[in-house]
This record gives sequence, C-alpha cells and structure tokens, in this order.
Amino acid sequence: MSHNSTLKHAEAAAQFINDEPRTNWHDETLWFVRQKRDKAAHGLPEWEQLREWASQVKNHTLSNLDNYLKEFESKAQDNGVIVHWAADAEEHNRIIYDIIAHHKIKKIVKSKSMLTEECGLNEFLHTKGIETVDTDLGERIVQFRNEPPSHIVLPAIHLKKQDVSDTFHEHLNTEKGNNDPQYLTEAARQHLREKFIESELAITGVNFAIAETGGFVVCTNEGNADMGAHAAKIHIACMGFEKMIPRAEHLSVFLRLLARSATGQPITTYSSHFHKPRQGQEMHIVIVDNGRSRQLGRADFRNSLKCIRCAACFNTCPVYRRSGGHSYHTAVAGPIGSILNPNIDMRANADLPFASTLCGSCSNVCPVKIDIHDQLWKWRQVLVAEGYVDTTKKVGLKGMAFLLARPGLYRFAGKAGRAVMRLFPWIVNNKLNPWYKQREMPAPPKQSFRDWYLQNKKQ
Amino acid sequence: MSARETILKNITANKPELVELPSIDLNAVIQYSDLVQQYKTVLQSIGGGTVELQNLASLKQELESRVAKGDFVVNRIAALGEVSDSLASLTADELAAVDTAYLQGAVAVAENGAIWLYESQMGNRLLPFICQHLVIVIERKNIVPTMHHAYKQIESAKEGFGVFLAGPSKTADIEQSLVIGAHGARSLIVYIIG
Repeated sequence: MSHNSTLKHAEAAAQFINDEPRTNWHDETLWFVRQKRDKAAHGLPEWEQLREWASQVKNHTLSNLDNYLKEFESKAQDNGVIVHWAADAEEHNRIIYDIIAHHKIKKIVKSKSMLTEECGLNEFLHTKGIETVDTDLGERIVQFRNEPPSHIVLPAIHLKKQDVSDTFHEHLNTEKGNNDPQYLTEAARQHLREKFIESELAITGVNFAIAETGGFVVCTNEGNADMGAHAAKIHIACMGFEKMIPRAEHLSVFLRLLARSATGQPITTYSSHFHKPRQGQEMHIVIVDNGRSRQLGRADFRNSLKCIRCAACFNTCPVYRRSGGHSYHTAVAGPIGSILNPNIDMRANADLPFASTLCGSCSNVCPVKIDIHDQLWKWRQVLVAEGYVDTTKKVGLKGMAFLLARPGLYRFAGKAGRAVMRLFPWIVNNKLNPWYKQREMPAPPKQSFRDWYLQNKKQ
Repeated sequence: MSARETILKNITANKPELVELPSIDLNAVIQYSDLVQQYKTVLQSIGGGTVELQNLASLKQELESRVAKGDFVVNRIAALGEVSDSLASLTADELAAVDTAYLQGAVAVAENGAIWLYESQMGNRLLPFICQHLVIVIERKNIVPTMHHAYKQIESAKEGFGVFLAGPSKTADIEQSLVIGAHGARSLIVYIIG
C-alpha cells in the first residue's frame, strides 16, 4: 500500500494540524456531516430499536457464519455466479489477476471497495502492468493525486476544491482556476463515461451478501458501481466474509440505517441487488478472510466484524476530525479502523488504539452497536501486554503503576509536585514535558483531596 | 487444504455460541398519515420531482411529441405506446446516447423516496443508469410506508438484477458541495398515477 507506514498517528497528526485553518475546516465539515446524521436519525422514532435489530441480526449471523457462507455460496453458484475464496490479501489479488490474465483484459474500472484498498489491489495490479480506473469521484481524485482515500465514505474529504481544480487541470485539462464543483464534476462525468463504455472488466465491493438468495447488494450515490458492472463483460465483486446477512428481509433494517448514519440521506441513490450475470456476462464473487476469522475468535474484539462501513464513528470522532484520515496510515481509518487494524498487523498498527480520547461518541452513533471505545481500551491492554508500545509510554505506565501501588510514596510525590509547580513552575512549563505541549499546566492546588477530606470529615 | 476449507474450519472453531435472530415488529416502525405527501416531500428533498396524474393520457402525449421531435427516448411502459424491446442487444456506447428513459416502477417507499425496479422493467440493466434523464411511473396504491413493507411486497431475487433507486445520481465528493448528475441520470421525475 502507498501509505506511509513509518509515521505514527501522533506524528502524522502533528503535521496535519500545522495548517490551522485547514484543520478547522476539516473538523467543521465532518461535524456538519455528523449533524446531518443526527437529523436523519431523530426523524425516525424507532431509531434505537433499529440499531438494536441490526446489532442482533449481526450477532446472530456471526454465530452461524460458516453455515450462512455455505448457503450463500451454493445459492450463488445456482444463480450462475463463480465463487472464489481467499485466505488473505495476496490470494485475493492473485485470484483477480488470474481472471484478468485469463481473459487478456486491458481496461478495468473499479467502484469503491475498502476491501480492495485493504488488500492493496491497485498497487499489486500495477506491478503486473495493469492499470485500474477508480470511478467513485472522490476515489478518482485521490487516485490522480497518487494518494490513498482519507475516509471510507468521503475519500477526498481532506481536499479543498482548489486542490481538485488543480488536479483536474493537470489530468483532465479543465480550465485553470475554475473551482466550481458543478463544472469539475461534469468534467469527471465525461471522462469516466468514456472509461465505463470501453471497460472490459468491472470490480465492485459488496455492502451486503444474502445467504438465503445468493445475491449481493451494492450501494452508491453516483451510480458508478452500476455503470461499471452493467457495461463490462466481466464483473468481479469482492467481499469480506462479514458482509453476510441471513435473509433479504434483513436488508430493510440495514438499508434504513446505512445512509442515514453515513451522510444523513434517507437511503443511497442506488441500492443495487445482483443475483445473476446478465446474458453473456461472467460474474465472480471473491470471499475474503484476511484475518477476519482470527478476529472472530477474539471474544473482546469479534463484534468489530458487525461493521457496515458507514463511517459515522469517523465523523463524530474529535481525534479523527482534527487529525485527518491519512494519519491512521491504513485503508480503514477512524475509530473502527483503530480496532480492526491491530488484528491485521499488531506491530504496525499498535499506535492506533491510542488515537482516541475514549469519549465514547463512536459507540453512541454506531448503527450496529459496536462497543468501539471499549475495544480501543481493551486493545491498549493487549498491546502493552504483548510489548507493542514504545518505551516512553511503557516506562511512564510502569512508573505510574509503581507509584499508585505505594500510598505513602504517592502522597509524598503529590506534595512534592504541588510544591515544585508553585515554587519552580519552569520545571514543568517547558518543552521537555510532553503534557505541556499545547496545554497550560493547571494551577497547583494548595492541598490534596485526601488532606482536605481528613480536615473536613469531622465537621 | 483449500482456502475455502481453511476459512470455514477457522470460522467454525472461532464463532461464538448461537444467538437467536430478532423478529422485526412492524408495529414498532414509523407510520405516515399521508403516504403520497410523505413520498413527494422526501423525493423533492433528494433532488427528484413528482407529478400526480389521474391517468397516463398527458404523459402519453408528451412522449409522442418527443418521439415526433426526434429525441432519443426509450419507452418501457406498454400503456404509453410502443415499447422498446430490443434494448438487451444495445451496447453501452449506443445506450449512452439515450436522452430519456420511461420506466414502470414496482413499489415506491414513502420514508426515503426509493422505487424498486425489476430488470424486466428496465429492458437493459444499464438503461436507468446511463440515460441522461429518467421518468418513472408508479401506481398510487403501490406506495408503501417503509423498507420493511417494501421487501414484503417485492421478490428481490426473482430476477437477475433489481434496484432501489432514489432520486437522480449525485455526489458531494468535492468539498461536500452537492452536485446532481454524477455518473447516472441527471434528473428523475416520478409520475404518481391514480
């Protein structure tokens, strides 16, 4: 993947906030999306009941997942769809490459699929000399710029319209300095229509896969998944195995929640139900594990697999809004990414569960009731126990544990600390104290709570 | 062991104890006093237009005059006149020139403005997406309150493809500015008949 995996979240975030007006804009824009979500959610009196149903349907599905996957596979095969299984990202990429190579395909369009981002499909195909055209507008913009998406629903949310205008001027020869979103979108429409019409193979993601019918649903607002899939002679749909739901009737619950949680829309413009290839078309489904079965075995973390990728937890997160998606250096950023990615690679993603204030807002907006902030806290414990946190954090935590286990020493340290802050404030108010960075130290209290309590309890 | 066997074996070993499915109680979901009004309000809020008609006469006239003018329109509704049957063989390149497609919708959903279209109502899967403008006709009696009701009324797996379509194609990927007409239809007018 083209992510800069050497930079940890805190360092990348520090770079992001160097541009203060842009940081504020990013923060406010995502908060605006969160407010639209609230308005949509409050419009339905049964919202909490819907979340509960969705959560229970997903819990049930995870508890019977092997049977549902077999049922899905067999129904899909009856429908004339070719089903593949991939244990990891490498196998997923190879399966797709083999289909491309077998048919000698040159022209490929792809609609948004976070799974293919997770697997690094574009980069893999590039090494084989095959170029894929991303067709979601936001994804096309970041693809031109050779950047990964910064948000799973709004891939180019880190960019301003001037940035898009410059990018399109360079790649699509649009008028320099014309920043009108209408004009820029029209240019992309014309450019991508050509790509759709000439494409031979379309890759899409999957939002929901239905065990009962062997079908799958893809949701977009732009219509790019459909333009690709219905024009090309081969359609490959890629899905993590957790996309499964038992029956078509359960789609009602999830389609009511998904767009309202994501953007505040009552539903996406297109909720497309694919069951059989059209006459003369070849349709493939690739079912991917890539660490998911391991996550299923972690009782504390398995319900992260209920996620429907709405990104409500991104939009509400005070850390995401002020650090940007790229600082998470993974395909899925934000709070949900921070509990999914340590499972994929604990060492590389050990910083992510710490990129949170544990305020719990993510869990409150989650449409399938994943206890995201609890899991962030639990991952921290796992990562420390496994030795994946850096030395300063480890030494700090060890020192704190030593101190807290010795009440006499704790009381002495408190007294000494208060005296130091009162008499020699420069000892703590300097750059060597990381806590002082972007914060004022609090005014030292005259006495500790314990002293105050001992003094006052008799009254 | 194949990937399939390994994955299924790991899932069987790691899955939690069986949890029951919830039952969806339709009495718990929102009710609308006026389904048509609710439908119209929501569709307008997502960029679509609505027209209420007693019957198809005026729409038929409009279609005839557009055909006479030489506009590339595709009609899939028998009650409006001759139906374009040979769509399945048209290429994407040919369909891209379609100005307006006239389609019959099966069910419309008051809570979100969506309309269910079966593949047989499209004639070609690509048509509702690639045409520049879209006209959909629905029967007043086929407007249902919510998605729960809609899934009871349709058979989503009956044909090879089907879609819930809500409004014209749109995007807000450039600085969250809403633009109508991303890749799919630039406009949608829904005629409510009866």
